This record gives sequence, structure tokens and C-alpha cells, in this order.
Amino acid sequence: MFKTFAKAFQSLSVALLMGLPLAASAQQMSEDASIVVEKPWARASLGTSRPGGAYLTVRNEGSESISLIGLRTDISGMASIHETSTNSDGVSSMAPADDIMIPAGGMIALEPGGYHAMLMQLQSALVEGETFPLTLLFSDGTELEITVPILGIGARGPEG
Amino acid sequence: MVRLAKIAAIGAAAVFAALFVGWWQVDGPGADPAPGKRPMPLTSMDFSLTDQDGQEVGPETLIGHPSLVFFGFTYCPDVCPTTLSDISGWLDELGPEAEDLRTVLITVDPDRDTVETMAEYVSYFHPQIQGWTGLPDQIAAVAEGFRATYEKVEGEDGSYTMNHTAGVFLFDATGRFVSVIDYHEPREFAVPKIRRAMRDGTKGAKS
Repeated sequence: MFKTFAKAFQSLSVALLMGLPLAASAQQMSEDASIVVEKPWARASLGTSRPGGAYLTVRNEGSESISLIGLRTDISGMASIHETSTNSDGVSSMAPADDIMIPAGGMIALEPGGYHAMLMQLQSALVEGETFPLTLLFSDGTELEITVPILGIGARGPEG
Repeated sequence: MVRLAKIAAIGAAAVFAALFVGWWQVDGPGADPAPGKRPMPLTSMDFSLTDQDGQEVGPETLIGHPSLVFFGFTYCPDVCPTTLSDISGWLDELGPEAEDLRTVLITVDPDRDTVETMAEYVSYFHPQIQGWTGLPDQIAAVAEGFRATYEKVEGEDGSYTMNHTAGVFLFDATGRFVSVIDYHEPREFAVPKIRRAMRDGTKGAKS
């Protein structure tokens, strides 16, 4: 019950956000414009010993469903998508996510408390104010490199 | 006619909002835990930890003030920084009203979270947030008192992560458990709960 509610709420708020002209300026898309990535951001890290986390949304503007199957970035020796879940006892855990299917015309959000790009074995610290390139790997072979701005450790969303 | 439809739509939206708030607080994530899973009063707890300044702390550090306590670890890339950011936002909103609120992150990963680590980590968030660590058996004692759980999970590359209770516990100034704020609970629900904990404490102190 709660999951459906939360999901509905989430897509509603995302739909509202996407109406803002501001969001459009942060778009990065594949060559044929079928995959659009918006609002990427990462949290600054404390040095390199702790895993970093990054977030973004992906819209599938194409006519076929597509899956986000992985990540690649030089800044991390091991980058993958993880999913946080919280059980009915309020215990939260984190596990590598399976491929994430995005239906034609649909979108997925990597956001705090759900999916996130987990950047393990950081090769250099994520420094606030800097950016790094992150390549998203899709099931149809598309590799989309985006630029991810690094916000403060205390950032709550793409706006800081 | 159009006007009537508009009024009806606004009315329906208001009813929906009221239902949602009710559901959230009674059955939803805003509900308080079942009695058996509630934290003990702070006055019944017994533990000794070290704060970010190297000072010895325990339940007595919190009693006498309303308090907000949660568990986490600094190697946590998602839930913990999000919770700390949420709490920083609540404290910003409450401003001087929350001056007396003791706000503490207790690590569930004492092997990696030393006093120095905790000091650096909490320094990136609201200045009122403290970070406590200690010996593994003391961390176990705190978690037991809070009815919180945590567990080490080995990762693929030799690293490990921690599963842990993600809620934020609220106590009034007498040390009585008041409420829990669930992970990622919206500010509209969280801030009134904190206000309630601060108010309950005053009432408790007078009676």
C-alpha cells in the first residue's frame, strides 16, 4: 500500500519538477535524443576510503523499452547501481540492483533512499564544486557519458 | 459551472490530503512502533560512549533535554547522509526553538568510526548534531535499549556495509520515548513530532 502511494507521489513530484524550465537546462541526452538524463548530482566524499553516492533521473523518449544495466567511471574502481530498502521494522539495507527497465516514454529516478549510483574504491576524492564524467550503460548497447556535479556532503537534492 | 467544478475539485483534494495525513500517522510510516518494539526510557538505559570531542557520554547526557537520537555509520553512502541532511533541515527550520534539543548520531560501525572520524563526519552537517562512538559491547547495549538492530553485511570486494534501524528516535526531557520519525519522513510530519517531544518534556518537568 505504502509503496504504491510513495511511487505515485514520487512520479507526481517528478512530473511537477519537470515542468520547470530550470530542469531543462540540466539535460544531457544520447545522440538520437532517445535517452535523456536530468539532474545528476553526487555528494562530496570524505577522502577515498568511503563509497560515494550519485543520483540522477533517466527518461526514455524512445519507442521501445530499455534497461539501465550498469555504470562506468574512472573515478571509481567499482561503480554499480545499488538499491536501499527499508523493511517494516524500519531496518534499512542496501544491495546491488538488477537491471532497471525503463518503458518507452517512462522514467526512473536514482534518488536518496532508493536507487543510487554506488561509487566504490574511489580513485580520488569527490570534491564539492568539481564534476566527474559518468557513463551509463544501456541494454541496447548505448553508452551515454554525462557530467555529474559534486555537491556538499549535506546536499539533499540536485539543487543542493 | 466551471467555478462549481473548481470548488468541487479543491474540496476533493482537501479530503484526499486529510485522509492521507490520517493514514500516514495511524497506519502509515508515521505511526509509532508497537509497544514491545519501543525504546526503553533513557532513565532505564545504561551505556557509556565517547562523543566527537572525546568526552564520555551516556543516557545522563540526554536526560534533562529533549533529544533526537539515530543510528548510522560514516561509510554509508545513501541513508545516513540523507538522514543527517534531513535532520539538519529540520533543525534549520526550528531555529532557536530547538536550541535545547540534543541531537545525536550513534555509529553502529565502531571498528571504522573512531572519535576523529565521527568528529569530521558530523562537522559537515548542522552544528547541533553530535557523533558518538564506543566499544562494540557499549554500542550493543545502546542498540538494545533503543530496540534498534544492526548487522554487518560482507560485500563483494572484501568491504562491508551495515544494515541498521534507520528511524530517528525522539525523547522528551524526562527521558521518556515520545515518537519515531521514519527514514525520509516528510518535513511536514517530522517537525511537529520534534515540537511535540520538546513540549512533552516541559509538561513532564512541571508535573
